Amino acid sequence: MGYPHRSHPKETPVLSKHFGDPQARTLDGWKQRGGYRALEQALGMTPADIVNVVKDSGLRGRGGAGFPTGLKWSFMKPGDGKPHYLCVNADESEPGTFKDREIMRWTPHALVEGTALAAHAIGAETAYIYIRGEFTEPLRVMEAAVKEAYAAGILGAKAMGTPHRIDVHILRGAGAYICGEETALMNSIEGKRGNPRIKPPFPAAAGVFGMPTTINNVETLCAVPHILVNGAAWYKALSLSSPKSTGTKLFSACGTLARPGNYEVTLGFPFKDFLYDLCGGPLPGRRFKAVIPGGSSVPIQSMEEAESTLMDYEGFVAKGSMLGSGGVIVFDDSVCMVRMIARLARFYAHESCAQCTQCREGTAWTTRILERIERGQGTMQDLDVLLELSENMTGKTICVLSDSCAAPIVSGIAKFKKEFEAHITGKKCPVTAAAAAAAA
Amino acid sequence: MADTPMVSLTIEGRAVRVPAGTSILEAAKQAGVLVPHYCYHPGLPIAGVCRMCLVEVEKAPKLVPSCATAVAEGNVVHVHSPKALEARKGVLEFLLINHPLDCPICDQAGECELQDYTFREGRAQGRLGPEPKRFNPAEDFGGDVLYVTNRCILCTRCVRFMEDVAQDPVLNVSERGDRAVIGKFEGRDLTHPWAGNVIDLCPVGALVSKDFLNKARAWELDRTASICPNCTQGCNTMLETRDNMVVRMKPRPNAEVNHFYLCDEGRADYRWMNRADRLEAPLVRHHGDRLVAADWEVALKAAAGHLNGKRVHAVVSPMLSTESLWMLSRLVKKSGGRGAFRVARGTEAPLAGVKDLALRAERAANVRAAELLGFTKTDRPLDGLQQGDVLVIAGQELEAADTPALARASAVIVIGTHLFAGAREAIVVFPATNVAEEEGTFVNLRGRVQRYLQARAAPGMARPVWWALADLLAFLGESASYFTAAEAFAAMAQARPEFAGMTYDSLGLAGRVISGAGEAMAGAAR
Amino acid sequence: MSAHEGTAEAYRPVFTGAAVTELSEILSRFPTKMAALLPALWIVQRERGWVSPDAMVEVAEQLGLTPAYVKGVVSFYTMYHTHPVGKHFIQVCTTSPCGACGAEKVVDALLQHTKCGELGATSPDGRFTVIEVECLGACGFATPILVDDDFIESVTPDKVPQLLSQYR
Repeated sequence: MGYPHRSHPKETPVLSKHFGDPQARTLDGWKQRGGYRALEQALGMTPADIVNVVKDSGLRGRGGAGFPTGLKWSFMKPGDGKPHYLCVNADESEPGTFKDREIMRWTPHALVEGTALAAHAIGAETAYIYIRGEFTEPLRVMEAAVKEAYAAGILGAKAMGTPHRIDVHILRGAGAYICGEETALMNSIEGKRGNPRIKPPFPAAAGVFGMPTTINNVETLCAVPHILVNGAAWYKALSLSSPKSTGTKLFSACGTLARPGNYEVTLGFPFKDFLYDLCGGPLPGRRFKAVIPGGSSVPIQSMEEAESTLMDYEGFVAKGSMLGSGGVIVFDDSVCMVRMIARLARFYAHESCAQCTQCREGTAWTTRILERIERGQGTMQDLDVLLELSENMTGKTICVLSDSCAAPIVSGIAKFKKEFEAHITGKKCPVTAAAAAAAA
Repeated sequence: MADTPMVSLTIEGRAVRVPAGTSILEAAKQAGVLVPHYCYHPGLPIAGVCRMCLVEVEKAPKLVPSCATAVAEGNVVHVHSPKALEARKGVLEFLLINHPLDCPICDQAGECELQDYTFREGRAQGRLGPEPKRFNPAEDFGGDVLYVTNRCILCTRCVRFMEDVAQDPVLNVSERGDRAVIGKFEGRDLTHPWAGNVIDLCPVGALVSKDFLNKARAWELDRTASICPNCTQGCNTMLETRDNMVVRMKPRPNAEVNHFYLCDEGRADYRWMNRADRLEAPLVRHHGDRLVAADWEVALKAAAGHLNGKRVHAVVSPMLSTESLWMLSRLVKKSGGRGAFRVARGTEAPLAGVKDLALRAERAANVRAAELLGFTKTDRPLDGLQQGDVLVIAGQELEAADTPALARASAVIVIGTHLFAGAREAIVVFPATNVAEEEGTFVNLRGRVQRYLQARAAPGMARPVWWALADLLAFLGESASYFTAAEAFAAMAQARPEFAGMTYDSLGLAGRVISGAGEAMAGAAR
Repeated sequence: MSAHEGTAEAYRPVFTGAAVTELSEILSRFPTKMAALLPALWIVQRERGWVSPDAMVEVAEQLGLTPAYVKGVVSFYTMYHTHPVGKHFIQVCTTSPCGACGAEKVVDALLQHTKCGELGATSPDGRFTVIEVECLGACGFATPILVDDDFIESVTPDKVPQLLSQYR
C-alpha cells in the first residue's frame, strides 16, 4: 500500500497488505493473517523442492541486482559437510529506497518466516539479519519478533517441532552504505571493515567465515512465503508484461511529489500511471523534471523516458535506466539538477570504502568539480573531465559504488546539459534564478 | 612432482604454458611481460585494490584484474591494448591528483614505481583544478619507519605484511574514502623485529627509512649482491654503496632462505663496514719493541718464522668466509694444533608467516662452516691454548677475560680489520678485508652455501683472510696458490666432501645446500 | 541516557558484570571472536557514550585482537563516536531526496535552536551535537532525523523547537 497513504486501487498489495496495522506485528496477529503456514509447509518439503518452486516463480532479487533467487539458492550444495549460512541484507541505504524498513517495522514476522524458510531451503542452520545501525525502530521490532518466534518454538533447535535447527540473529550495522554490498556485508558480520571482496570466490563457495553463504534482500525473502502458499504460477501471473519479471515490487516514491510513500505494483506496471496516479503527480504549481527510478545508483531519466517506461527489469533498461532497488526519486522544476547531482556525488565520496583507486579518488574529485560548478566557478572543460573520469570509474573496480557515482553524472550531463551550462556560462543556477524572478 | 594440470594461453602475442591456478599476472611474468601493479606482491595475500593490473582478455565483458584472476585455457590477453592503457592511465591520474610533487625531496625518487609507470604511461599534465591537494602530516611509526601520509597510495602492502607475514596486525587502514590513511595505534610504535620490511614493500615514498633519510639518491647507488653477516640465517642482501661507503642494506629475494625480507637488526647493522680506523698495512714488531708497518712479504716471512715447528692455536671469527676458515683450518691441522671460536648470542626473532625464517640466536653468518671445518664453539676459546703455542687470532677481538691466557702463547699473530687492545701483544699483524670488501661464501644454519660479492674497495693493503693465509701456508711449504676466491673455493671443494662438486658458478646467487645436510637439517631445525 | 566519560579520569573497564554476560552471549553466535567486534563496540558506546582509545584497547584484549585493528574498524563505521559528544546526538539526513525536500532548512533550524552554531560542535550547555548524515532510509518521510536512538520522521523547521524541548 502507499503507506502512509491509503492503498490505491491500482496497487497489488501482497507484502504491504498490513502496513500501518499494529496488530500485524505480533506473532498471534501475524498467524491470524495467514502467517507461518508457508514455513510449516516448507519444513515438510525437501530443500530441492523449495528451490524448484522459487525458481519456477521467476522471483528476482529485490535489493537492486535482480539476480534470480531460485538460481542463487541452487548454488548452495547440499551435503558438503560445511555449515551453510544465510545473511539477510537489511542494510537499506540506497538513497530513495525505504521499503525494507516498512516491511520490518510493520510485518516483522514476514521477515522471520521468510528468513527461516530460506535457511531451510539452502541447508543453513544459522541466519544473520544485518540491519543498518540507524534503523532503531526496525531493530527493536525485529528483536521482539525473533524473541516471540523462539518462545513459540518456531525458531531454535527444533523449528516448529521438526528436527531442523534454525537460529536467527539480529546484527546491527554501524553506519556504512557499502555494507549493503553482499561481500562487504559478510566482512562486516565477520568483524572487519566493510570492504567488498573480489569475486571469485563467490559467496556460495566461500562466504561468511569462509563457508557457503547466500545473501538475500528483505523484500525478496518476504515474497517467498506467499509463493509457497499460493504457488509459482500465481506469482508469474502477477506480471503485466515480460515473463522475465514476475510478481510484485515495492517501489519507494520520494522527492518532490504529492504523495511520497511505498507503493506495491505488479512488475510491468506503467510508470506514467505510477507517477501521476498512484503518487498523485507533482505538487501544486509544479512540473516533474527528472526521475531516478531505482535508487540513486541508476541513470537519471528524463520525463519523456520515464513516462513511456514499463516498470520491470527490462523495461527500465529499455528507457535509459535500471530498476535497481526501486527507489523512485522524483525532482520537479524547483529543483536544481546540478545541486542534486553534486550532493549525490558527495554521498558516494562519503561512502567509498577506499580500496579501489578509481573510487577512492574519483568520487571525491568529481564531487569537488561538481560543487565548484554549482557555485558558479566551473568551466566547459570540467564537463569533459567529468565524463572522462566517469568512464574511468566504470567497470574497473571491485564493486559498483564507483559506477554508481558515475551514473548520475553521465546521465545528468547528457540529459540536463542546459542546467550545467547555465551554472558555467551564466555563473548562476537557472532554477533559483527563475524562482527568484517569480517571487519578485 | 604430482601432475598439475597445465593451461596454455597467449599474452601480448606470446604463447605461455603455466600450472592451472596461476594468476594472469604471474603467467605474464613467465612470458616476459611485466604487468604494471602496486598492491600485488608475491609474498603477500592478494588484495586487488590498486586496479593497475587490469588487462584486456578477449571475450571477457570487462577488464580483468590480472593479479586476482586465474588463467583459463585459450585466454588471449592484452596488456598494452588501448583499453588497458587507458585504464592504467586513469589509475595513475587518480593517484597523482593528491600525491604531492615531492620527487625533489623524496627518497624514493629513482626507485619509485609511481614515477616509473607515470613516465611510461601516465598523463603529461595534471587536470586538478583549483581544488587543493589533500594534506595530512607525516607520522613516525617507530623503529626505522617514517610514514609520509601524503604520498601514500593505499596499496595496503604494509598492512598485509604486518597482518599476514609478521602476524602482528599493528598497522591498519583508518577512515574511509579519500580520507583513508594507514595508521598505527597511538602510543604503540612499530617494534616488531621485522617491521622495517614495510619500507621495502612500499612502492612509493610513503614509508621511508629514517636511517636512510636524505642520505643518498637511488641513482647514485651501486648495488652488490651480498649475504647479511649478522646471524646464521644467511639472508640474501643487496649492499648499496655510494662513494665507497655502504649506505644501505636491503633484502635480496631468495625463496629458500629469506623470501623477500630482512630483519630490522640486520638491516641496520652495516655501519661497521665503513669504519675508518682500519689496519691498512701489515705490522711487524720491530726489535721486540713496537709495531711498524711493513710490506706483505716481510710480514709473511716474519710470521712464518715464528710458526715453524710450533703448534697453532687459532681463535677465529664465525663471520669469516668459508674460504678463509678453510685456510685457517689447514694451518691449524698442519701444525697439529686446535682452533676455536666464540659466537655472540641474542634473542631469536622469527618471522612467523614464513617457514624457517628468523633472526637467529647465534649472531654470526658462518658458524656452520666454522664447525664443519673443525673449529670448536666455546665461550672460552683460549682455554685450549697450550704453553708455547702460537696464537693466531683471525677476525676476532679478544675480551678482557682472555688476557691472562695470552701469557701461555709463544707468539701472537693477528689477522683483522682494526687494531684492538689485545692485538698490541702481536708480533705480526695482517690487515684484513671485511665482508663488504671481499668475495666469499657463508654457510647458513641449514647448510646452504651462499656467495657474497665485493661491494667496496678494501682500504690500503688489506687482503681477504684466505689470501693472507694462503700466502702464509705457501711460506710454510704448502701448496696454496690461489688468485681468486673462486679458486680457493674450488680447492676446498676438492678437499672437503661436503662441498664436492660445488663451484662459484654452480652456487650462483641463490646458493646450494651442502651434501649430507638433509639429515643434519632435520636435527638442527629449531 | 548514556553517561559520557571525560578523558582525564582513570579508565574503568566496560566489560564487567552484566556486560560480560552480554558479550558471552554475543560470542556464542559466531565461530570467531573477531565477529563480536561490532556488537562489542555498540556495548561500549551504549555504556560510555563514545569509544575511547582505552576502550579500544579493552575490546581488543577481550577479543584477542590488536588495538590497531580495532581502531581500523571503528574509524570505518561512522556511527561509532571517537570523541565525546553532547548528551543528545542528532543526525540529520541531507542526501539528495531529502535535500530536494528542504533538509538543509531543518539543519539550520536545529543548529539555531540547539545553539550548537556549527555541525559537529557540541552546544554550550552540553545537551546537543548536530551532524549531517547520509541517506537514513526514510526518504518518503523527509526530513528524517535521529536523536540518540529515536528515529523521528517528517521533521520540518517549525517542529524543531517542540521536538528539542523533549530532550533535557
